[in-house]
Amino acid sequence: MNLWESFRLAVGSILLYPTRAALTMLGIIIGVAAVISLLALGRGVENSVASQFEGLGADILTVRANMPMRGFSSASTPLTLKNLQALADGVTTPSVSGVAAEYQVRATAVDGYNSTSVTVRGVTPNYFTLNEWSLTAGSAFTQSDSDSQAQIAVLGVTVVEDLYGSADYDAVGESLLINDLAFTVVGILAEQTATGPNDPNDAIIVPLLTAQARLGNARVAGEGYQVSSILAKVSDTALLDAAQSEIEAYLLSAHGIADPDQADFTVTQASATAETRTEVLGIVTLFLSGIAAISLLVGGIGVMNIMLVSVSERTREIGLRKAVGARAGDILVQFMIESLLLSMLGGALGVAAGMAIAAIGSQLISATAVLSPEIIVLAVGVSLFIGVFFGVYPANRAARMNPIQALRFE
Amino acid sequence: MKFLKRSNGKHPEDAAAIPPVIDIREITKTYQMGAEELRVLKGISLRIERGEFVSIMGPSGSGKSTLMNILGALDQPTSGQYFLDGEDISRLSQTALARIRNHKIGFVFQNFNLLKRTSAQRQVELPLIYAGASNRSGRAKAALESVGLGDRLKHLPSELSGGQQQRVAIARALVTEPSIILADEPTGNLDSRSGAEVMQIFQRLNREQQITTVFVTHDPWIARHTNRVIMIRDGMIVADQQVAKPLVAGVDERPSEAEELAGIFQAAYYGEHSAESAGANGSHAHDDSTGGGSGIPEQIAEGSAAS
Repeated sequence: MNLWESFRLAVGSILLYPTRAALTMLGIIIGVAAVISLLALGRGVENSVASQFEGLGADILTVRANMPMRGFSSASTPLTLKNLQALADGVTTPSVSGVAAEYQVRATAVDGYNSTSVTVRGVTPNYFTLNEWSLTAGSAFTQSDSDSQAQIAVLGVTVVEDLYGSADYDAVGESLLINDLAFTVVGILAEQTATGPNDPNDAIIVPLLTAQARLGNARVAGEGYQVSSILAKVSDTALLDAAQSEIEAYLLSAHGIADPDQADFTVTQASATAETRTEVLGIVTLFLSGIAAISLLVGGIGVMNIMLVSVSERTREIGLRKAVGARAGDILVQFMIESLLLSMLGGALGVAAGMAIAAIGSQLISATAVLSPEIIVLAVGVSLFIGVFFGVYPANRAARMNPIQALRFE
Repeated sequence: MKFLKRSNGKHPEDAAAIPPVIDIREITKTYQMGAEELRVLKGISLRIERGEFVSIMGPSGSGKSTLMNILGALDQPTSGQYFLDGEDISRLSQTALARIRNHKIGFVFQNFNLLKRTSAQRQVELPLIYAGASNRSGRAKAALESVGLGDRLKHLPSELSGGQQQRVAIARALVTEPSIILADEPTGNLDSRSGAEVMQIFQRLNREQQITTVFVTHDPWIARHTNRVIMIRDGMIVADQQVAKPLVAGVDERPSEAEELAGIFQAAYYGEHSAESAGANGSHAHDDSTGGGSGIPEQIAEGSAAS
């Protein structure tokens, strides 16, 4: 008996009970669809996080003061302009080739009828070059703008859209109120793809001292003005670790802390942050896919269940087939093909459903789901495995039936 | 004289050249039921020549079904030898037995055993599929035509009468041109008219194509249509005789129940028979039963006596 005949028989017996076959496949469909969509969406989110960090200065270290914990009296010492100058002097931290600082405040920006709650980032003039930010219109500010606490601003595209209705609006020359202070727009920041945790597109950028003195209350007694974070650039990424230790050593001594574990600041490498995030996402994705895989397993047990029912219902038929000359192998092949067909068909429909879910999910979370060939091969392979693994027992049971008892079965 | 004594063989000179279709020697079958051994067949020897039409009769529990299963290569004897077409098949593997069943044996069952929702033609093709034979549809059509169902090729079992279903089953048994057809109560599920039709087909196939046929039945009327009756009781052959004048299906009418039972009653509770006639015949029946103490069914005895 050839495979084609076995295949025809299997298709015939599946078509005999279409509802039952559909319900059996449903378990596989749900399992495969869940695994595929979760893996695809997970990988999509990983990619979008990675792209947000991409170009976010692989050669840049970020220094931040730790948030003072609520309930602890010992508030952390803030970073100040004095620290900035020390890092810039080329002696304290020889591996650092350039430093910039920013001071962030939340503020309300108003232009005419539109108002938006926005992050205002006061930055040193070299902050633009260090971050490789460019402007689509106008110009950035200079050190003298900062020293004179000039009320001028560079807008991110999201802010332009919020205030003027269109991201393409040329806002240079417009004036707006930030916390009731009048500012003149002098430039528009080109749209940044590397958004990271602080999206520069959704920020108003002003000179550092303007933000510190006029918008915030950043003066620290005896230390000059406070900054939110300091960026330190190295000339070669190989120097990143050296620069990090130098900065840590300096700040520990400046803050009078002996135990590095007690440090009240954090020095991070942008790439390390991105890596951590994608790693965590990867683990979450794997975990969810694992749960989905359990449903696939349950689907497989469903296939076995139905195959066992099918074998016992068709006992007489099996007996007859054996009586007219079917060998045990013929019966085995017939039932194996049947269970393979059920699970493979379920798998194929599951892949289709998973792709549809991933496509819809992409819209909802605004990350492009990545459906790599490996995922599909994996899903098909798993359904193949289910078909074989959960089909062997029922098929073997059918193949080993005693024809005399099978023929007598009522 | 109820049976003719069976001679050693119809054609002794041919027996040497062509081996008998079935030649079993001292076959036993023992089942292990827990600690006890159940001896179902206790040493049966039997030869069936090509072209014979044989009935195996016996009450339930006599071992006739077990013998049928062994003859059909569905089961294997505990001891003894079974030569089918001269080949010893009593020690073959399951796979080899499947091949024997496929090539040499055609089964006809009491309950037809057709596949549901499968056309008549596909039913008949089934053994050919397992044989890997070519021109399956042509051979299946020819087989169906030979049982008078050439116009029912695409019909499903549910669209066929019981007699027609059994004829499909006969075509399925014939299609591989087996050495022997084994039929287990082939008319048991049919009314007498359909039963007669099916019987006619078996008789015609045996007469015209010399198809060796073995019936297993407990119905003496059916057995009287065959040429030789082998009686089994308690796992042993108790009689093996030629039928003097086999009945012709479709010509000889089966006696009604009333006719068969006539003369055994003492008094009628209901019906047209008067108490007197029933009583008179009753004494006759009593005489007959003491006379026929051999246990051979009355119908066969009467049929032979009438001839």
